[in-house]
Amino acid sequence: MTPDGLAGRTAVELAELVRGGDVSAVEVTDAHLARIEALDGEVRSFLCLAGDTARAAAAEVDSARARGDELGPLAGVPVAVKDMFCTHDLPTTAGSRILEGWRPPYDSTVVARLRAAGAVVIGKTNLDEFAMGSSNENSGFFPTANPWDTTRVPGGSSGGSAAAVAARFAPLAVGTDTGGSIRQPAALCGVVGMRPTYGRVSRYGIVAYASSLDQAGPFATNVADTALLLEAMWGYDPMDSTSIPSEPEPALARLEDGVAGLRVGLVEELADVEGIQPEVRAAVDSARNLFEKAGATVEVVSLPSVEYGLSAYYIIAPAEASSNLARYDGVRYGLRAEAPPGEGYDVAAMNALTREQGFGAEVKRRIMLGTYALSAGYYDAYYGQAQRVRTLIIRDFTRAYERFDVLLAPTSPTTAFELGSKTSDPLAMYLSDVCTIPTNLTGATAISVPAGLDTAGLPIGVQVLAPALGEAVLLRAARALEAGFAFTARPKLKEVAA
Amino acid sequence: MSTNGWETVIGLEVHCELATETKLFCGCPNDFGAEPNTYVCPVCLGLPGSLPVLNERAVEFALRVGEALHCDVAEESIFHRKNYFYPDMPKNYQISQYDEPVCGNGWLAVPGPDGTGRRIGIERAHLEEDTGKTSHVGGGGGRIHGADHSLVDYNRAGIPLLEIVSKPDLRSPEEARAYVAELRGVLEAIGVSDVKMEEGSLRVDANISLRPAGAEKLGTRSEIKNMNSLRSLGRALEYEAERQAEVLESGGAVIQETRHWDEEAGRTYSLRSKEESHDYRYFPEPDLVPVKPSAEWRDQVRAAMPELPAARKARLMDAWGIADVDAGVLVGTPGLADYAEAAVDAAEAAGAPASGRDVANWVTGDLMAHLKESGAAPSSLALSPAGLAELVKLVGDGTLSRSLAKEVLAAALAGESNGSPAAIVADRGLAQVSDEGALAAAVHAVLDAHPAEVDRYRTGEDKDRKKLRGFFMGKVMAEMKGRGNPQVLNRLLDDALPTNS
Repeated sequence: MTPDGLAGRTAVELAELVRGGDVSAVEVTDAHLARIEALDGEVRSFLCLAGDTARAAAAEVDSARARGDELGPLAGVPVAVKDMFCTHDLPTTAGSRILEGWRPPYDSTVVARLRAAGAVVIGKTNLDEFAMGSSNENSGFFPTANPWDTTRVPGGSSGGSAAAVAARFAPLAVGTDTGGSIRQPAALCGVVGMRPTYGRVSRYGIVAYASSLDQAGPFATNVADTALLLEAMWGYDPMDSTSIPSEPEPALARLEDGVAGLRVGLVEELADVEGIQPEVRAAVDSARNLFEKAGATVEVVSLPSVEYGLSAYYIIAPAEASSNLARYDGVRYGLRAEAPPGEGYDVAAMNALTREQGFGAEVKRRIMLGTYALSAGYYDAYYGQAQRVRTLIIRDFTRAYERFDVLLAPTSPTTAFELGSKTSDPLAMYLSDVCTIPTNLTGATAISVPAGLDTAGLPIGVQVLAPALGEAVLLRAARALEAGFAFTARPKLKEVAA
Repeated sequence: MSTNGWETVIGLEVHCELATETKLFCGCPNDFGAEPNTYVCPVCLGLPGSLPVLNERAVEFALRVGEALHCDVAEESIFHRKNYFYPDMPKNYQISQYDEPVCGNGWLAVPGPDGTGRRIGIERAHLEEDTGKTSHVGGGGGRIHGADHSLVDYNRAGIPLLEIVSKPDLRSPEEARAYVAELRGVLEAIGVSDVKMEEGSLRVDANISLRPAGAEKLGTRSEIKNMNSLRSLGRALEYEAERQAEVLESGGAVIQETRHWDEEAGRTYSLRSKEESHDYRYFPEPDLVPVKPSAEWRDQVRAAMPELPAARKARLMDAWGIADVDAGVLVGTPGLADYAEAAVDAAEAAGAPASGRDVANWVTGDLMAHLKESGAAPSSLALSPAGLAELVKLVGDGTLSRSLAKEVLAAALAGESNGSPAAIVADRGLAQVSDEGALAAAVHAVLDAHPAEVDRYRTGEDKDRKKLRGFFMGKVMAEMKGRGNPQVLNRLLDDALPTNS
């Protein structure tokens, strides 16, 4: 089997090939590393490639197989990891200059579980700095390009992970989703991206952005691979107090159970959101038809409070971020700004200069917003009010789920936009997450599934939403859409010297 | 207390290090004195990605304190983040309880000088994590400003603290001291802390203000920090009350500020630093879930509550027949009542019951003097409670005179003969001689050797006779090398001396 034939196969296939001894895990890893080296020069989805550590992990899988050990569900399957996850053997930067070169002394729970399942961490992917952004242009290092059109953004913040999977640099990737950071880039890159229920996947070892909204989740080229990866990541972790203790309901095994009789609500306020691209709106209607054809019932549902979601999000997330990012002060790790010429360089001045040099504009903007929102005298009007809005949105969804099993909406109002087109207008950028944010505020689960291409040849994503702990029904519904859309297109990449 | 018509109003914030095995949010040891930065992990270093997990034992300790201080224990309490930058705070925020603490609204009965006492209100008791410890090297006299560089030890970061906040119910420095002493006894009795003020496991900050005697409205307060003993607490508050009285009497106004107690200079001074005007931007800690102690758990804690100092004091006074002041010393000195009761138990177990009163006399007298002088804790003395029981027995059965027993006690405390009084008596040959034959022989030998004195005794005035009797007694004791039983000797001497003629 040629290496190029290996890079491009699904995770389920690769796991079977390795388990059956048809190929070695090292061959699989080498094939993907070779593809990255040949084609990532234009996309630039990785901040750091694992190389030798990936080959060593793959060799370990091969030895385990030779010994006759039982192999994990992801044995020999390459996984790209967003650079928000701590890895003890690779630098972890969160896309920020302030953490450049930092090597954590520990693995995040997600990475530890992936390794225990036999997965080969192939590299760390690019992202908006501290996951703050929707285009990857806020990376402290360089922007990642969309593999479908390298003049366009891959979305964000997990843009590197989405682009890497779309480019078949890895069959699987993990990302984090605080306001849509998995689903929006998945939609823009034409792959599947899922945000699990808050607390279903451990946050331990994931660099914190907004702790009450952050949640890790899988990327893949298809729904079955998504479920396979999810099942290797999720479950209770005593190291995360907000982790859900109950045993997850298996998802992969029930994937093909179909949607006959499933009650689907089409969210009016999101489907007709201001500025929605007509082709995206049309894709939502196609999804509706596909559901109905497969035996589900679809009705329009109104969730009036979701229109306040974006505003609430841009109070809560920056408030938590302003506190979470306070630890980057030059004292213990990461960047420490050198004393400028002249007098008066003390600890406070060092803290300030380090943060000034180490953080990018968007991170500073959100720290300022959040600091303001939590200040004495403003707390109740901003943070308190945003939490009340959050309660209202939760109430709207609870009511909707009394009538519906899942909900249907666009993932992002538009397909991938031009690099640089929104960088000077933060509010326009924020709007690209308007359809994904409500799930984060409610702590529930949602998935983006490719629904075809627009006239410019750019992928469109549709979103399925389910109540908390509804991963099994969510994935089953997503699988039905996937089968209906039968999206098989792949981006064409050029070889560019890195 | 009123100084020139001013009433002193004091409220105390007591930070108590909880004696859990591990830190508040991670598994690192909660221990004092290790090499810097050895008891650390990603969590207590606040490394990116790390998350706190609440130590259940710390909550249990807080529940115990809540019981002991008659607090309302919250069915649900939460943690907040207190945000401010300081190099010894790994996350640049402290996880602390804020407006929904685990314990609220209780009281502590503080004994007064007249044996009565008052109930002092407890505002709240809340859990929080300690910070690391910074030492500033060179330049600024140990302060951060002007230092050449600073060293940070994070071993202390994340150690569980319970902050116990009193209402402004205390009315004098003396009463503030009594409150802390009583609280310390309670915390010790319920086993939640080793309550060592000098080592910082009990830290006290004081809010103090004056108001005209009889006024309702509270005056402007200052907050006093850095008092690391009961004595310095009393001194600092006395100084500050006088300082505020002078300010007010000269027509000035007290500034609301934090003041630092300088133990050597015997004064407080203003920190006058920009660092004081903090907005801590408290908000609920999203990484932790609410603390909801179940009714069963709280019942278990209540059922397992040990005897509190006030009850113990009453019991010891009653059972041992000792004075209020002695019982107060036993209960108010960390470890002392345990020591005394262990000695009584040891005597009982050894089949030679000792009176609690005798034990208490030794403990509150010679032993207490030694503790004060040496700064040792009762539990670390070379003389064990069983050893003290042995000493009491040696006095009781006449083996040792009281004055020799003091000598033996001192030797035992110095570690001689493994701190065993019986062994010291044997090794030094100190056993008291009560054998009447031997003592009578000595008496007669002395009288025979001093016929002139015996003659003068027979014919002398009462005053001379008394003097001569003392002379004979001294000679006999010298003959016995100090080990003669004084009661027996007195009787034998009286029998042997001639009557007046």
